[in-house]
Amino acid sequence: MPLKADLGGERHVFDDLKQALACASPRRSGDELAGLAAETDARRVAARYALADLPLKHFLDEAVIPYEDDEVTRLIVDTHDAEAFAPVSHLTVGGFRDWLLSHEADSAALAALAPGLTPEMVAAVSKLMRNQDLIAVARKCRVVTAFRTTLGLEGRLATRLQPNHPTDDPRGVAVSVLDGLLYGVGDAVIGINPATDNVPNAIALMRMLDELRLHYDIPAQTCVLTHVTNAIEIMQRGAPVDLVFQSVAGSEGANRSFGVDLGVLKEAHQAGLALKRGTVGQNVMYFETGQGSALSADAHHGVDQQTMEVRAYAVARAYDPLIVNTVVGFIGPEYLYDGKQIVRAGLEDHFCGKLLGLPMGCDVCYTNHAEADQDDMDNLMTLLTVAGCTFLIAVPGSDDIMLNYQSLSFHDVLHLRSTLGVRPAPEFEAWLARMDMTTPDGRIRELGLKDPRVSRLLDHPSLVA
Amino acid sequence: MDDLPNSRPTDPRPQDPWKALRAATAARVGLGRSGDAMPLSAVLEFQQAHAMARDAVHAPLDIDALEAALKPLECLRVTSEAAGRAEYLRRPDLGRKLDRESASALDAAETGADVAFVIADGLSATAVQMHAANLVHACMERISGLKVAPVVLASQARVALGDDVGERLGAKLVAVLIGERPGLSVAESLGVYLTFGPKRGRRDHERNCISNVHGKGGLTYAQAADKLAWLATSALRLGLTGVKLKDDVDALAAPPKEALPGGG
Repeated sequence: MPLKADLGGERHVFDDLKQALACASPRRSGDELAGLAAETDARRVAARYALADLPLKHFLDEAVIPYEDDEVTRLIVDTHDAEAFAPVSHLTVGGFRDWLLSHEADSAALAALAPGLTPEMVAAVSKLMRNQDLIAVARKCRVVTAFRTTLGLEGRLATRLQPNHPTDDPRGVAVSVLDGLLYGVGDAVIGINPATDNVPNAIALMRMLDELRLHYDIPAQTCVLTHVTNAIEIMQRGAPVDLVFQSVAGSEGANRSFGVDLGVLKEAHQAGLALKRGTVGQNVMYFETGQGSALSADAHHGVDQQTMEVRAYAVARAYDPLIVNTVVGFIGPEYLYDGKQIVRAGLEDHFCGKLLGLPMGCDVCYTNHAEADQDDMDNLMTLLTVAGCTFLIAVPGSDDIMLNYQSLSFHDVLHLRSTLGVRPAPEFEAWLARMDMTTPDGRIRELGLKDPRVSRLLDHPSLVA
Repeated sequence: MDDLPNSRPTDPRPQDPWKALRAATAARVGLGRSGDAMPLSAVLEFQQAHAMARDAVHAPLDIDALEAALKPLECLRVTSEAAGRAEYLRRPDLGRKLDRESASALDAAETGADVAFVIADGLSATAVQMHAANLVHACMERISGLKVAPVVLASQARVALGDDVGERLGAKLVAVLIGERPGLSVAESLGVYLTFGPKRGRRDHERNCISNVHGKGGLTYAQAADKLAWLATSALRLGLTGVKLKDDVDALAAPPKEALPGGG
């Protein structure tokens, strides 16, 4: 159905919903690369006017990717909860924006609404929201998940400790894990991206991480971010898998380029659940996403990258994940050109994930060919923490020496805890206190390696070998 | 390999208890704290590394110097459709196409070589400036039996520009030497992509890659040239590059163990 808006004496026509969605997005390089962006700023605003007047119900009638062509569309349509949708079913997208910002839309109302929303509704409303709106509404969303720690509680910020190493050297990985633990990082997951993605290598890393966890009695989950088909094989071999990881995207074709479909994700989810390794909960999946992945796989179907990203969240939510994060600045400047685009995308992704009921985190990051630096990352991490982000990723000194990009540092986590008062997951916080690594008021102590509280951590074989 | 990349010799951490642990990884571990923040020395070291990486992305390729370093080899200069760095970074599609003038020049050139070398600035002109000519010379010593086209020097170029070049030159095989995306530890790493039967529209799985050619623990020129010569002769014999060729090569010659960057 064509949409239209009159603006300053000019009529802007949009052929269909997906064109209006694309034109309404803030300017970003990926949509320009795809030839989908609004040609002028005026047309961009016209698209927002057009969306604002569109009834939310319309999204149940017009799919941006045809139902027959795409299993992600089928998942979205077939699992839509009409009853949950009922409280907002009379609203336009613009009215929905106002309702989300109203005090009537509290945590309970938003949680009840989540199954009634489709990714396209959520993407559309996000395009009508300023950064502060994205923060204000995301902050009200409460999504609690658990495995060995409980994530998403109010006033908490969890972290992924990412101890990557260019040759997967176990001792090199262990040193980075130790470094992170000394900053109280790792309550969301201690998770390695393997340099070599195969089954024996992943098993070796998993065993090492599991031994470290048991040795120090850390209430945390570990993960080797290997392909989901490897994880299935590894679980069959009886290796210690806490979380099952997979990158996912918003179309069947894009997921195929990752080597997955909904069937294999379901199989992996079932296998992970069967292990029953969680202590305080059984959310066993870990998903990563990022704007631009569908275009990069040439499977975006003419849909803008932000809408495609939100469709990936529909995939993620089908498997009750413990954590989901957007790797927001990793994909490069052809999708998100500079700090401004990365910051906006990070806030959009977090808001949209939360509104759909996901435990949404973020890898606040950039590559060396993007127009961004640590100051942009300082801004985004602060904004996301204010928005109630579930978890952030941190690496030693912000420098991932295997993936060659910059994420947050362990120091950044300390900064967020002290300036914004956010605490780690309760189980992990208790462990830090038990290890006497925190002061009575909750600060992480600065301990030398010779301090007995640290030296007892240094007796692990992987560190002394 | 005890020191962090780019750390100065006067680094004031001689008694650093982290020294033994740091030997296991080039990661920036044990940095210490100023309150909750990084100490200034670590902040400035990081900024220095980031500056080097950014300069590698944005510095223009000095084509004259590169051509001089390639002597006595004959060279041809081409540019992609990307008008400058900003457009190059936003529009990878344009970096894969020759501009009209370059395309006509190549259409007029002699055809029928076994191998065409394309030296492309990619994301690190620094890498190309430092390593490309040396690597081409090392390769030429090892493939003296093959007919080699004039070396094509390509500005604002992506890997797939080699397909356009190779197709117009009618070369059986194209080898694109290109500056890799800079990291903080190594900003001058060169990669090589080999494609048999180059033509526009080839996909990445139809190529073989030799990456990490650099002087900070990466592949040496001799190692990279040995591998390239082996791949080139095998590709010409089998009539293919890509996943199928890779399997053979990996079985016959295990790739050199990837060394940590930043070492001595």
